Amino acid sequence: MAPLTRLILFGSFCVSLLFVCFPPPSIAQENPYFVAYDHYLEEPGNLEIEYFSTFGTQRNGNDFHAYWAEFEYGATAWWTTEFYLEGQTTFNDSTIFTGFRWENRFRPLKREHFINPVLYAEFENKNGADKILKEGEGHDVESDFLVSNAEARKEHIHEIELKLILSSTFKGWNFTENTVAAKNLSNSPWEFGYALGASRPLALKAAAQRCTLCLQNFIAGVEMYGGLGDRHSFGLHDTSHYLAPVLGWNLPSGWALRISPGFGLNDNSHQFLLRWGVTREITGFGSMVSRLFGGRQ
Amino acid sequence: MRAIAAALGICVTLLAVSVVLAQSRNADKPPAGAAPKYDPAVYAELQKAPEKARRRANPLQNDPDAVAAGAILFEQHCAECHGNAGREGKRGPSLHAAEVQGATPGAIFWILTNGVVRKGMPVWSKLPEPQRWQLVRYIQSLGGSAPAGESTAPKP
Repeated sequence: MAPLTRLILFGSFCVSLLFVCFPPPSIAQENPYFVAYDHYLEEPGNLEIEYFSTFGTQRNGNDFHAYWAEFEYGATAWWTTEFYLEGQTTFNDSTIFTGFRWENRFRPLKREHFINPVLYAEFENKNGADKILKEGEGHDVESDFLVSNAEARKEHIHEIELKLILSSTFKGWNFTENTVAAKNLSNSPWEFGYALGASRPLALKAAAQRCTLCLQNFIAGVEMYGGLGDRHSFGLHDTSHYLAPVLGWNLPSGWALRISPGFGLNDNSHQFLLRWGVTREITGFGSMVSRLFGGRQ
Repeated sequence: MRAIAAALGICVTLLAVSVVLAQSRNADKPPAGAAPKYDPAVYAELQKAPEKARRRANPLQNDPDAVAAGAILFEQHCAECHGNAGREGKRGPSLHAAEVQGATPGAIFWILTNGVVRKGMPVWSKLPEPQRWQLVRYIQSLGGSAPAGESTAPKP
């Protein structure tokens, strides 16, 4: 059995186990962004399991479908840690596992302010065939994706990525700005990028009865992201940029769905990206694990 | 395969960290069946609300649906920690305490907005303002002999 198949089977088993064994989830109150982050962290003790896909068009090459699973855990009210597994299928080429990421977000301030900073640190262990486009940085452009999977996967990338997330919520709107700095741990310069987002629930008041299609369960917005070059050539030349409307639907059953068509803003960008994702939040995961190991409850 | 092994290694590390954190969080909790420990210091955060925030009136004070809507929001977002109808849960204190019931709507709203991040309560400003005020109405309705969640709010 191929390693990828084994991994998928193992992952499916683990996820199924979680869904079967753990208690009813709480309603997720997710922002609809795919790339930008706001300042809200996972609630302590909760585990959020997420699956996302990105379909992308490729000029002069094969379109692709990249996907990733996220396991996001609220370690404390000021620290969220997250683990990713990612892969991709390039049409007329192959399907491969592209690597993993470990991400941490820290909230340094105790209280809510008009602008709320969050510090983000991530380690990525991936290969050159990574296509999830989770961020825009450096001089990443569409033509980088023309390389076949067999060739691209030979490149091993160990990268750290830092972000400063500045987010604000005003009259139901969330506005967020992420500044990205990434460093390939091999001898490469620091690369920079950005992500901007704005979103708002379609209704601000909650209904007095449970409902699936109430406007308050939908959050709509837009995000924009792209690269800003690197330490030696900072700026917009040879960079890609995207604008993407986003829509999130938080279901009372604990599931959350997101969809986002994205559009490249210059000739270096993929012309079209379609992203979608599904999320399920499991409350009290930390306590469950604690009980498994004999902790008191 | 090396990447997969590393991925699994990180999963195990994450699990271990979560265990340590969950254990430390549970260390202060009484065993099941024991009388809940009443610690007035838990409620001291309410006193930290600035005067201006404390004086804010609830704009939904006269909204007939606010308590019922707040009950649903409470069950979705708060009951996991504060327990059903706010009667002391796994991590959060009882909301029936005099300190909470005697607090102004503005003070409760301020706590919801800012959380008590260092002590485990997350920021809830991701809920729009009207929903936080609906929660305030529900929390204040718990002060009666029968919590509103059991009398007026729809059952789950």
